[in-house]
Amino acid sequence: MTIWHFLLGHLTWDSLVFVRAWRDPTTSEVIGGCAGGIAVLGAMFLFGLITVLGKWRYLWTEWMTSLDHKKIGIMYIVFAGIMLSRALIEAVLMRTQQAVAINNPGLVAPDHFAQLFSTHGTIMVFFVGMPLLTGLINFAMPLQIGSRDVAFPYMNSISLWLTVGGGIMMMASLVLGQFSTGGWSGYPPYTELAFNDGVGPDYWIWSVSLSSLGALMTGINFAVTVYKFRAPGMRWMRMPLFAWTSICTAVLMIFAMPPLTVATLLLAADRYLGMHFFTNTLGGNMMNFVNLFWLFGHPEVYILILPPFGIYSEVVAAYSSKELYGYTSLVIATTAIAILSFTVWLHHFFTMGQSAGINSFFGIMTMAIGIPTGVKIYDWIWTMFWGEVRFTTPLLFSLAFMITFVIGGMTGIILATPPLDYMMHNTLFLVAHFHNMLIPGMLYGVIAGYYYWFPKAFGFRLSERWGRIAFICWVPGFYLAFMPLYVLGAAGVARRTQELFDPAFRPWLIVALLGAFLLLAGLASLFIQLYVSIKQRHTTQVPVGDPWDARGLEWSMSAPPPEYNFAVLPEVTRRDAFYWQKKSNAAYRPADHYEDITLPKNSMCGVSVGLSMTACFFGLVWHTWWLSVFGFVVALGTVIARSFMRDVNRIIPAAKVAAQDRRWLERVGAAVPIPRQLELTPENEGLADVRND
Amino acid sequence: MSETTEPELRHAGLNLADDARELREHVESDVFGFWVFLMSDAVVFALLFAIYGTMRHATAGGPDAAQEFKFHSAFWETALLLTSSFSYGMVSLLTKHGRGRLWPLALLAVTFCLGAGFLKMEIHDFVTMFHDGATPERSGYLSSFFVLVGMHGFHVFSGLTWIVLMGIQLVVFGPDERTKVNLIRLGLFWHFLDVVWVVIFSVVYLQGLIR
Amino acid sequence: MNISRSLRRDFITYGIGYLLAVALTGIAFACVFYRLLSPGATLGVVLVLAFIQIIVHMRCFLHISLKRSARADLQLILFSAVIILLMVGGTIVILGNLMARMM
Repeated sequence: MTIWHFLLGHLTWDSLVFVRAWRDPTTSEVIGGCAGGIAVLGAMFLFGLITVLGKWRYLWTEWMTSLDHKKIGIMYIVFAGIMLSRALIEAVLMRTQQAVAINNPGLVAPDHFAQLFSTHGTIMVFFVGMPLLTGLINFAMPLQIGSRDVAFPYMNSISLWLTVGGGIMMMASLVLGQFSTGGWSGYPPYTELAFNDGVGPDYWIWSVSLSSLGALMTGINFAVTVYKFRAPGMRWMRMPLFAWTSICTAVLMIFAMPPLTVATLLLAADRYLGMHFFTNTLGGNMMNFVNLFWLFGHPEVYILILPPFGIYSEVVAAYSSKELYGYTSLVIATTAIAILSFTVWLHHFFTMGQSAGINSFFGIMTMAIGIPTGVKIYDWIWTMFWGEVRFTTPLLFSLAFMITFVIGGMTGIILATPPLDYMMHNTLFLVAHFHNMLIPGMLYGVIAGYYYWFPKAFGFRLSERWGRIAFICWVPGFYLAFMPLYVLGAAGVARRTQELFDPAFRPWLIVALLGAFLLLAGLASLFIQLYVSIKQRHTTQVPVGDPWDARGLEWSMSAPPPEYNFAVLPEVTRRDAFYWQKKSNAAYRPADHYEDITLPKNSMCGVSVGLSMTACFFGLVWHTWWLSVFGFVVALGTVIARSFMRDVNRIIPAAKVAAQDRRWLERVGAAVPIPRQLELTPENEGLADVRND
Repeated sequence: MSETTEPELRHAGLNLADDARELREHVESDVFGFWVFLMSDAVVFALLFAIYGTMRHATAGGPDAAQEFKFHSAFWETALLLTSSFSYGMVSLLTKHGRGRLWPLALLAVTFCLGAGFLKMEIHDFVTMFHDGATPERSGYLSSFFVLVGMHGFHVFSGLTWIVLMGIQLVVFGPDERTKVNLIRLGLFWHFLDVVWVVIFSVVYLQGLIR
Repeated sequence: MNISRSLRRDFITYGIGYLLAVALTGIAFACVFYRLLSPGATLGVVLVLAFIQIIVHMRCFLHISLKRSARADLQLILFSAVIILLMVGGTIVILGNLMARMM
């Protein structure tokens, strides 16, 4: 073995996407080369920009090494935004391919198309969906329950950097080698060495592992935070709904990640150690993988949807100027959904040969799980009923969600019927159904939450005008992009198809392509909204911290909040704690007594563990074992070294806390309280006028 | 949480009756968080057991349980691990009741030796099986056996490493608050491994040896 | 002295746990080694003894009890047990069904 072979493993010149495009300049390869080029140029541009602006020190000390849950939350969302851009462009490319490739090869070769749908799915689930909800929960939940931080801030940082590392690995697959062609579900035996001995499935296994490790730690963190870190008096039934969905999501993460870990680890055992868990010969059984993957996969989709349900509860109540209707039923529905989500997983593989009895059981459970969601929809509708509804961007998205998601839910009930699923399984009907759940369900909720909590995080509101423009792109865009897919799926078009052969499909696919472009415009509007909002932020400042006259504790401090969240931890006596404080004139009062506050010091340990584990796994992909050993040793060494550190906290003296609180209260005193009609004007300083309620 | 004259047994190894409330609550969440992690680990093991259960007959004409498992090694491995659990319990007890650092250190060393003995026997078993041609690549059944039992062994190895680190921390820092919390967590981990082993020797070894 | 009494009490808990575990293990091994029952019954006994031993471990070594202070831990274990039952039970039923239909 030469020194090069040892250093580079399976890396060769041909691993570079540019070299392959040069050697074989088909349209497909050139597109791949361009994608790789964009990734490299994008990274260079980003690094260059930061260097030119001289911001490395700032980024490192204020953000990357921060253990503050608010900053970690924001970083998760920024990361997800970047990954969302890539995955949405991939979707547009796939839609283009299908619209064009009717009785002709189209733009991308089958192998390339397969990578596209694999990366699209993997990124959207693991590197967009999970980080978005993790970011929002990280930011808002501790503020809502009256805590200074999550239970394990250091582990929070590790989770973030493991996830970012997974994203880096996804981006690396654009440039070096290629990604898996086995879909986001990676079924063997196709992903076994016998059929796929390249790096694709390994990229999939290890980037998913990075994400799932981060998610497991996040789940533990959030569960312990809600369990043990609630403010005095914040009993379970006094928590905001978003906190309830946070803990249910955390429980799902804790129990759903292990099956994924087992599935990917055993596939890795087959691929790296020649074992026979899922191979075709010598006793392997691919159904074990399918079963394990969906034991993970089904709770996973509830992980993705429960936090948005919590956001809708918050947003609908706030913008209806009304108490959330049916709090108890919403709590019961949330916990029911969480528990039932572990009883339905077989509906993802009805067609794989089980008896009718087993299929029926899971079909019935799948229908049952639709019921608590229905309860929630009614509760939200009744919250708006007789309320003073303000049609702000989040509420518009909530309305679109209620209607569109229910349509998707009904197609879900169709799919839950095994004989019908035999017709629809793996057709575009299924693709339409799950996007109908994820986009109006998850994504609209995230956008609503982003808009709702943005002023709290940064101290100024987002542009309502661009929010409306985004709405006009996202909602019709979704309908145009996905409703045709229901028709095509019912007509028999299979999913993941690179070329089609019936010209009758063309009109539908063109409509779907238009929809995809509209969705891309929707994403662009969100970026433009951010840019415009930053530029005009002096007209939308809300320093007092309560721009929407909302009800939870997270609105009871300045915007942005002080790093310790609460100058004095609140004593909670009822639900919607802050709202009742405002009503009884008990809000915005200085404390009798301020204490020193202990917060964790910044630490590079999270960055070190996350990125070195990424290096370790990258080495596993390319069989550069020295890199794997090195990465693992650095990660383990960091953890061990950290365990020997005793001086990991810093103290904020009581005098400083008192001074900060006093300054904010002075600002409150100088502010003019505004009624809801002036909510979207520059007059809104974040102080609500509660006299006329 | 009442102030009692006697240290509460809630989490053995930690005498918190005198410490500030915030400190106590912080410790409680640290330990609870580790329990949650152990439950996720329990799910991993449970699924490996389920896979083992579904692959018990996937021997593909190769060696099976009856041919490969030996009573005496399973018995003595169990004895070693169980006794190491008891000796670790003594570590927890002595730390909790403030018996200095020398006695806990000694019993940590005993635990380490017993655990290392367990691992040595297990590795010897595996090597013997390899010599018989019972390798993980031979069949699905053997793959599932080696991953299930091997995963447990890997956890034991990690536990042994952790024991060494805790020994060093006891020497360097003495039984301060951080060290005591970490000792509790290691204790939970070590006892948990013994619980998993109970299932392994029952479901894998004894089931395999039943005639 | 107070501390001595508490130490003795803790030590006895660990000691009883250890001895019970040894006994339960011994009986299980003996049943299999000496072929005291039919294969089916032996398996049943072994599994029941394992279940009992796990409870002994939980109670004596891991300090799980019905006391208020251990309540959250107990809830966590019971919930995990339900999830594990669903996952493992479901897996065995489904894979068993598939294998039966393949033969």
